[in-house]
Amino acid sequence: MNRSLTEKLWAAALWVLVIFFIVNLFALIATVITSSFASRWLGTWLPAGVTTRWYYSAWDEFQLGDVLLVTFEVVFAVVLLSGLLGVPAAYAMARRDFPGKKLMMLLFLLPLLVPPITYGIPMATVLYKIGLGGTMAGVILANLVPTVPFVILVMIPFIEQIDPRIEAAARVFGAGTFRLFLHILLPILTPGILAALLLVLVRTIGMFELTFLTSGPTSQTLVVALYYAVFAAGVRAVQSIDAMAVIYMATTLIWLLIALRFVNPTQIVARAKQAQAH
Amino acid sequence: MNLAVKAATPQSGRSPDSRAEASRPPAFKELRLDGVRRDFGAVNALRDLTLTIRRGQFVALLGPSGCGKSTALNCIAGLLPVTGGSIRLDDKRIDTLRTEERGFGMVFQNYALFPHMTVRRNVGFGLKMRGVPTAQAEKRIDEALRLVHLTDHGHKLPGQLSGGQQQRVAIARAIVIEPPLVLMDEPLSNLDAKLRLEMRQEIRRIHGQLGSTTIYVTHDQEEALSLADRIVVLRDGVIRQVGTPAELYGAPAHLDVADFMGYRNRINGRLVGNAGGLAQVDIGGGTLEGAPRGELKGETAVVAVRPDDLVPARPGQAGIAATVEAIEYRGREFHGVARSAAGAELHFASSAPLGVGSPVSLTANKDQVLVFPPEDK
Amino acid sequence: MTAIASQDRPAEPGSLPLRMRLAAAGLDGVTLLVLPAALGLVLLFVYPFLYGLVLSFEPKVGGALANYERFFSDPYFSNTIGTTMWIALPVTILNLLLAIPIAFRVRLMRRQRLLTTILVLPITLGTVLVAEGMLFYFGPQGWFNRALMTIGLISSPVRLVHNYWGVVISLVITGFPFTFLLTLSYITGIDPSLEQAAATLGAKPASRFRHIFWPLLLPGLAITFCLSFVQAYSVFPSAVLVGEPAAATRVISIAAYQAAFEDYDYSMASAVAMVMAATQLVVVLLVFAGRSLVYRGPVATGKG
Repeated sequence: MNRSLTEKLWAAALWVLVIFFIVNLFALIATVITSSFASRWLGTWLPAGVTTRWYYSAWDEFQLGDVLLVTFEVVFAVVLLSGLLGVPAAYAMARRDFPGKKLMMLLFLLPLLVPPITYGIPMATVLYKIGLGGTMAGVILANLVPTVPFVILVMIPFIEQIDPRIEAAARVFGAGTFRLFLHILLPILTPGILAALLLVLVRTIGMFELTFLTSGPTSQTLVVALYYAVFAAGVRAVQSIDAMAVIYMATTLIWLLIALRFVNPTQIVARAKQAQAH
Repeated sequence: MNLAVKAATPQSGRSPDSRAEASRPPAFKELRLDGVRRDFGAVNALRDLTLTIRRGQFVALLGPSGCGKSTALNCIAGLLPVTGGSIRLDDKRIDTLRTEERGFGMVFQNYALFPHMTVRRNVGFGLKMRGVPTAQAEKRIDEALRLVHLTDHGHKLPGQLSGGQQQRVAIARAIVIEPPLVLMDEPLSNLDAKLRLEMRQEIRRIHGQLGSTTIYVTHDQEEALSLADRIVVLRDGVIRQVGTPAELYGAPAHLDVADFMGYRNRINGRLVGNAGGLAQVDIGGGTLEGAPRGELKGETAVVAVRPDDLVPARPGQAGIAATVEAIEYRGREFHGVARSAAGAELHFASSAPLGVGSPVSLTANKDQVLVFPPEDK
Repeated sequence: MTAIASQDRPAEPGSLPLRMRLAAAGLDGVTLLVLPAALGLVLLFVYPFLYGLVLSFEPKVGGALANYERFFSDPYFSNTIGTTMWIALPVTILNLLLAIPIAFRVRLMRRQRLLTTILVLPITLGTVLVAEGMLFYFGPQGWFNRALMTIGLISSPVRLVHNYWGVVISLVITGFPFTFLLTLSYITGIDPSLEQAAATLGAKPASRFRHIFWPLLLPGLAITFCLSFVQAYSVFPSAVLVGEPAAATRVISIAAYQAAFEDYDYSMASAVAMVMAATQLVVVLLVFAGRSLVYRGPVATGKG
């Protein structure tokens, strides 16, 4: 089809913008990576030399071994718990219509709509009051607030897609709710649950505000440790901070790539929002 | 807009020239497709389509799903570019024009009514795009709504209308712009059976009043037979036959066209005679004779006959020996399936119930039997 | 033989056992599955919020409204609303203005997935990492300034970090993909046959956008605006790391954080959090009020 000149110019302009964005994004990431391998980098396009010593020093300085351990403990606990709490709740929401369902749906929607800082401050206050502030348990609980609703919102459409008559057939043949889950629903839902949990994993690794507000020195996740390192940047060598940043990036990206095998990129963002009624 | 009521003429008598009331622009003589090809990657959806449609004709594109009929319509509308060949309106080449420049009216299968606009604004959208002044546009909208019997529904939103009403709005929207060509893409397939019959009458009535050249895509042979002046049967992207409804009903040119037009019996047999416009075929257990279609060379042929036309023989009449396998009550008569001595499956009709397993002798009038060459491609 | 009435229940007309009546209303064993999650959220989300609300009215000194009075009378606090709005609103509008035309063009692409994957990167990496990278990349020695100087657009480095612009840039980097992906999902939700119908009726691309897409997109855009705005308004790590947390980019979340973790005045911190929530709510409600004026129904045509 013929396209007029103005249309072609317009399209070109838009593509220039997109490419500009992407190029800058990659360059930004590249800067961090390059800097982490730089022996010295002052006032030149490229560093003076290449080394890997920053990684070793960062590992010691920031106790990255411990931090990574904490991060994975927190993340996997959050993934497990949000799955255990979220999937049954999603099933109930998908299959039953009960008085107060709309209110319940609002309860599940709010934590995704209200930004973490806003509810994080009161939540941190309460956690500190009951003595869970600064502990790993507190961090896990805090991170469950956005992830449980996320799992619910992602799973509801999956469950609604399953023909209820399959479940009816199972019940006719004698399966109670527990065995229904075990033998029928979980096998069918496994891809959906996997997708949802992988998304939770990726989001929790990068979840800054909540962990920041509720963690103590021994319960920091990698992203919070990174923040503190950058915050106090004057004291430490920039390159070791960059090394830490690269380790963080690698951690996130590995799980992102795994998640993307099962999930469409838009679902990281849009799924939870698309589930809203207009 | 001159919507003078025209007397409905019998379909077979319709000729383009009688409709040449020069009252309505734009006058054109014919739409010509020359060797049109459309590929989707490696798939040939349309292959060398050559067709001429004259002004005022109601042409149906008929075929099973995947035959390319919707693709052809989309190419004419400009929603798909052609990969080869050309489309011309008289001398003007239109396949290089964009959709919005072609000026055809189109009725979509799912109606495609703009959900955020009232019926009036939907119908008036094409007029607005053409810059028709408001006063005139309003009058034309009124006329169009009157034509489709929706005068009182002008201010409703599409979501408030029933399926049949939505369809009528879609039709009104397409014709109000007085296009040289109206394209309809299976407009009735989303309606239930009763509504479909009603809407068929509506479309026929509107076409009778306006005389607009129409290309109508459908997979339903009944619809095509009832609405069209000429039917184009497509299969796998090629035209298999073009003809009037009567021609297609009584004299399909190929076996697959016959199959599509309801010749459910297609029986293989041995060609034993072919002279004077009649061919005889021995199908094992008996012989049938009918009009040959295509070149009958070789020893084998295929007999095609409608179930309604294959009936138990009268006493003394020759027939095909067979055994009844199933029988079904259809109200006015019974339809059954029988197995011939040679093992062929025969679908027949009978006014009396026959017992399953009982022997029956089936025959058909030679005027209703067609003989095709085998492996007809 | 006289029939013996069944032992189950006396046949009172119209009376079912309680379990069945509850099930008819949708309450049975399955419904209870929703309780653990609901309970957790009530304890961890609703309760702290209410607790914070109450706490905000119990200041260390002064009457019930003392915290709020202090907030609005002390410019060190009250200015944060303006500062944050001055960052969040332009950023959100900019993101939307970029997202709409780009999403409109991308919706027809067949290799969308590559683009969306790339754009998901900044969201996944998060604001902290982006801020970290920005410090060098957009800093005076970084490649961005160097490139501009090499091309000759500027003669000395432009100050893009540790100021207002740093925060804006970081919010665009992390916010644009989010806005874009949401907008794209709304645009692709519009039935494509609507655009085709408009084209057959003579509408050129600009008209198609103006009369068909735009009105059908508005409700979705309103939601996108609200979600993007709320994200931008709650900016925190970028405001600290690439902004000027003491002055030009002292946003409201910083004020809340400092009250809680530096002054240990949890009451004031809660008050600030409440003000933050309230101001966000005002903007969202305004947008929704506007949204209710336009068509919000299904954007795919219904069938008979």
